Amino acid sequence: MEIERTPGIRPRPTFWRQFDVLGRQSFPALGTLLGMLAIAAPLGLPGQAELLPGFALAAVFFWSVFRPAAMPPAVVFLLGLIADLLGFAPLGVRVLILLFTYGLALRWRRRLASQQFAMVWLVFVAVAAVAAGLEWAFDSALMFRALPAGPALFQFALTAGLYPPLAALLTRAHRSIAAWERA
Amino acid sequence: MIRLSIPMREALEKLSLPLLMAAAFGLMLAARIDGTLADRARMAFADALTPIYAAFTAPTERIRGVVTELRQLSDLRAENDRLRAENATLRRWQAVALALEAENANLKSVLHWIPSPEVPFVTARAVADAGGLYDRAVLVSLGPSVRVHAGEIALGAYGLVGRVTEAGGASARVLLITDLNSRIPVKFGQGGVRAILAGTNGPEPELQFWPAGTMPKEGEQVVTSGVAGVFPEGLPVGTVHYGRSGVPHVIPDAELARLGIVRLFDYQLQKVSPPRGAAGGSAALALEAGNGN
Repeated sequence: MEIERTPGIRPRPTFWRQFDVLGRQSFPALGTLLGMLAIAAPLGLPGQAELLPGFALAAVFFWSVFRPAAMPPAVVFLLGLIADLLGFAPLGVRVLILLFTYGLALRWRRRLASQQFAMVWLVFVAVAAVAAGLEWAFDSALMFRALPAGPALFQFALTAGLYPPLAALLTRAHRSIAAWERA
Repeated sequence: MIRLSIPMREALEKLSLPLLMAAAFGLMLAARIDGTLADRARMAFADALTPIYAAFTAPTERIRGVVTELRQLSDLRAENDRLRAENATLRRWQAVALALEAENANLKSVLHWIPSPEVPFVTARAVADAGGLYDRAVLVSLGPSVRVHAGEIALGAYGLVGRVTEAGGASARVLLITDLNSRIPVKFGQGGVRAILAGTNGPEPELQFWPAGTMPKEGEQVVTSGVAGVFPEGLPVGTVHYGRSGVPHVIPDAELARLGIVRLFDYQLQKVSPPRGAAGGSAALALEAGNGN
């Protein structure tokens, strides 16, 4: 007989229950994807082009820290690729930045998950600064010229400012929609 | 589900991140070596998304219309007065224009003027902002039977918008004149002084390389000069404006921040390659295309 890892009484795995669990497990990836598609839509908002990579970075960071099982590296790769395609950015740059963020978040998650929100935000701000710097450096290198730093700074500020409201939303999702243990 | 031993699984998990990072680097290099690869992938993706975005534009435009209508209702009287005054001025100009048109037709018939051919164009809706951090571009939704080529000129209601740089099956990407990669030969002032209009990614592109002693003046009209054969001559671009920096900028006539509908003209001019910003290479667009053929 197989030994259960977490013994206890649990509901029978019917089709609908499995569907529910699957839906909850895929929420972080699907939610991030749909969010990115929505941000790329023609809403005519100022700063929309800078919002897209910022949103992707914040979402990937949040889920990598708080629910890494739902944000495997292959999904991070795909999200980065879609961000590159949507933003008409040089292919691969955002993929690399998101994977880098994922790696950092995964390494620090044990310490980060128990911290106060302000501390997590501070770490994210540092990550966002590095990400904006990397994007500027890669874009400049791929275009063979030094690009103005203004847009990169703006993107960094937007990303840093986006995190608190986004994290508030995602925290609620993390405890409700995305919580597959509650299915 | 494939059953793997625990050490094997752990090893795979540890390896996946570096492998994917290497794949990202490979992707960057591949896109860098073969620029068309990235362009094709992008346009295929944009083509797939365009119908969805096009469905969204109608309701958002309706909401925007309601908001502007509400705003207009409040100052209807003032607006009416302003329009009446403007109408009177325009009537006067209309008389002048009619007289000039008659004179022009007269002179042309005397000179046996060869009329310039009608240029075919399509009108399309700008459905999405296809710019990135360092690009200013829009995505235009096209019908399935419409064929648009790279190099066609996009005009808005009032002036030059940009050029088609990539065309897919159901959409085309228009690089705006404000893009960092955009360099447009223009002329300004009475003598048609030549200069280059360089995009800065800001809302107002810069004027560069005018001949010594012919400073552009505030408020002067800027039109395309037709040099290099990428843009036809005489398309309205904007007006000269000096900002705080003392560098002459051009305020575009076209409402680039909120583009609704654009017209794509097929002037049958030289082929252009997309800006190499995203895909590879560098070099100024207009000048580069001018060297081709």
